[in-house]
Amino acid sequence: MVLSATDKSNVKAVFAKIGGSAEALGGEALERLFVAHPTTKTYFSHFDLSPGSAQVKGHGKKVAAALVEAANNIDDIAGALSKLSDLHAQKLRVDPVNFKLLGHCFLVVVAIHHPGVLTPEVHASLDKFLCTVGTVLTAKYR
Amino acid sequence: MVHWTAEEKQFITSVWGKVNVEECGAEALARLLIVYPWTQRFFSSFGNLSSPTAIVGNPKVRAHGKKVLTSFGEAIKNLDNIKSTYTKLSELHCEKLHVDPENFRLLGDILVIVLAAHFSKDFTPGCQATWQKLVGVVAHALAYKYH
Repeated sequence: MVLSATDKSNVKAVFAKIGGSAEALGGEALERLFVAHPTTKTYFSHFDLSPGSAQVKGHGKKVAAALVEAANNIDDIAGALSKLSDLHAQKLRVDPVNFKLLGHCFLVVVAIHHPGVLTPEVHASLDKFLCTVGTVLTAKYR
Repeated sequence: MVHWTAEEKQFITSVWGKVNVEECGAEALARLLIVYPWTQRFFSSFGNLSSPTAIVGNPKVRAHGKKVLTSFGEAIKNLDNIKSTYTKLSELHCEKLHVDPENFRLLGDILVIVLAAHFSKDFTPGCQATWQKLVGVVAHALAYKYH
């Protein structure tokens, strides 16, 4: 899967539109992930996962920051997320299926908060981007 | 048999009551064909699918989207019996249409995103969770008679 020039500009446009609310979107995507896909909670047994949890919000910020970083370095996502990729391979070892689930929930929150941005073409580009990020984060697993 | 809580049934019927089946079905199918272009393989008789604009404007896509979502409505009317509601459709998708059941999961996720865009904050996390469960159950039922 390759991100075309159009995909890249679509993704950059999404994140420009989202701006500073990316952090909140990250938190909401995580919250929805835990509610809609309870198996994902197994990675957060050390967290308070109740609604409004500060830990979930804080973690959502981290996730969003990584997505923003990837979007800002969209020509070399593997390079930009190399350390995160190491972390997931060596320490976190989140099963790859979960990145698809989180990616889906991120699309849901963008749809909720910025429906006008998520045209079918942009939806396709953003989905490809999120898949790429997931692939990068699991690339060193074996 | 799938168990639905009273709250889940509420989430389903209250959302469904406000859905324009034709518009929503058309949009969901169009997005499926645009976001996952390999799904176009099942629709070679639909004419022009050469671009997102062509797909969104294609009358066969609209009509088929409406058909698909209308059928979804049948599941909602028979929440306690979704598997048997879809017996014939499952056989059809296996024996005649040869559709990989993964496509049902893809369409289900697209439908959730379309609903999110339409219902915005009313599509709460709990509501989303219920609809994820429903699309999963429908996909499972449609795959059930595959052999």
